[in-house]
Amino acid sequence: MAKTVDQYFDDLRGTRVWRSIFRSGTGSSTLKRALAIQQNVFLHLFSTKVRSRMLSFSATWYLGTLTLSTFLILVATGIPLMFYYHPSAPQAYADTKDLQFVVSSGLFLRNLHRWSAHAMVFLVFAHMFKVFYRGAYRSPREFNWVIGVILLLMTLLLSYTGYLLPWDQLAYWAITVGSNIASAVPVMGEKIHFLLLGGNAVNANALLRFYVLHCMILPLTAMFFVAIHFWRIRKDGGLYSHDSEPATVRATAPAAATPNAKEGQ
Amino acid sequence: MADEIKNNDDVNRRQFFVKLGLGSLGIAAAGTAAFAYQYLDPNVLYEPSPVVNAGKPDRYPLGSVTIDVNSGIYIIHSDEGYFSLSAVCTHLGCMTAWKPELNMIACPCHGSKFAVSKQGKLGPGDKIEGPAPKPLPWKHIWLNDDGDLLVDRSTDVPPLAPDSFVRV
Repeated sequence: MAKTVDQYFDDLRGTRVWRSIFRSGTGSSTLKRALAIQQNVFLHLFSTKVRSRMLSFSATWYLGTLTLSTFLILVATGIPLMFYYHPSAPQAYADTKDLQFVVSSGLFLRNLHRWSAHAMVFLVFAHMFKVFYRGAYRSPREFNWVIGVILLLMTLLLSYTGYLLPWDQLAYWAITVGSNIASAVPVMGEKIHFLLLGGNAVNANALLRFYVLHCMILPLTAMFFVAIHFWRIRKDGGLYSHDSEPATVRATAPAAATPNAKEGQ
Repeated sequence: MADEIKNNDDVNRRQFFVKLGLGSLGIAAAGTAAFAYQYLDPNVLYEPSPVVNAGKPDRYPLGSVTIDVNSGIYIIHSDEGYFSLSAVCTHLGCMTAWKPELNMIACPCHGSKFAVSKQGKLGPGDKIEGPAPKPLPWKHIWLNDDGDLLVDRSTDVPPLAPDSFVRV
């Protein structure tokens, strides 16, 4: 009798090599399936058990997952772009043009990076609106909302720092205007402006600083907070689905009960 | 017995070392913060000189307003003499432009408008309308020994003051 794909996969999961890497073995009992999540370094951030209601499209519209997807696309396209881009004043603009007209698939990667960046900003806001109007920010998820606000800030800063890198007129004046907004901070405004740009005007130092912020500091910071964000989803009882909430939480949210009950059908 | 003679203010050995350790870490953290701040604050800047050579005065006819986009200054030849205004908008740092048809300086970013000559209560550099919080500053202008007009972009001078003009 021919084996099915599932059976081949089960055989693979039973091998010594697989078990040495992923620790959990084969088996479809609730315990084995839970262990497969819990004992895997890549999956352990997530809940071992998820209610199907939480995974329904109407519960979240998948906005958080979509935001993560755009972030992963941005990492995957941003790293290849770094191979051709020199963050120096004489070369940055020429490299951007080369990526568009000379490098194979450079146009595709750059455009994918750009459109994903726009999509990520949109999705982060959509995600926040969904969480807000669902009331999913309430206890015990208040702190995860705070982490979310930090991630919004990271997204906007990534977007802002990336804007300078093509080193064209649009970039130059956008960063001139944007960095002058920082000067409006009382007392330390001028100093913040100076430190951000590494000088008094947008020049080579500013380009390099924005490049390091865009490619190293901000992505790493964002990943750190994304990890906490996901871990808190599990610790706070999984994704928010109004129908699955304990009665005490539902009782404190009478206003949200009616529309959700209808939507859940 | 030892407990009886112990004063409440005394710090035992463990507490002492905890305080010593935390104190050292605090000093190290403060030193690191100071180090990081100093490192990120450039001591030498390779920026263009603030002093700009604007050339011979006869390049600028009487009544003309000339912008040097690269250095961000206007050279204006008025009846009182030559004077220089910053061309950088005081709102958010955009480069303004001279609009001869309106007889004023206008900023393309957010629509601030500035006077170049006396208009009622307004003098050259003063804001006519828009979000700009301050007038365009007057810059120090003088003639060097070769007869060229020089402008120091880092030095503001009082508007309409006698020393703020160059007369040839």
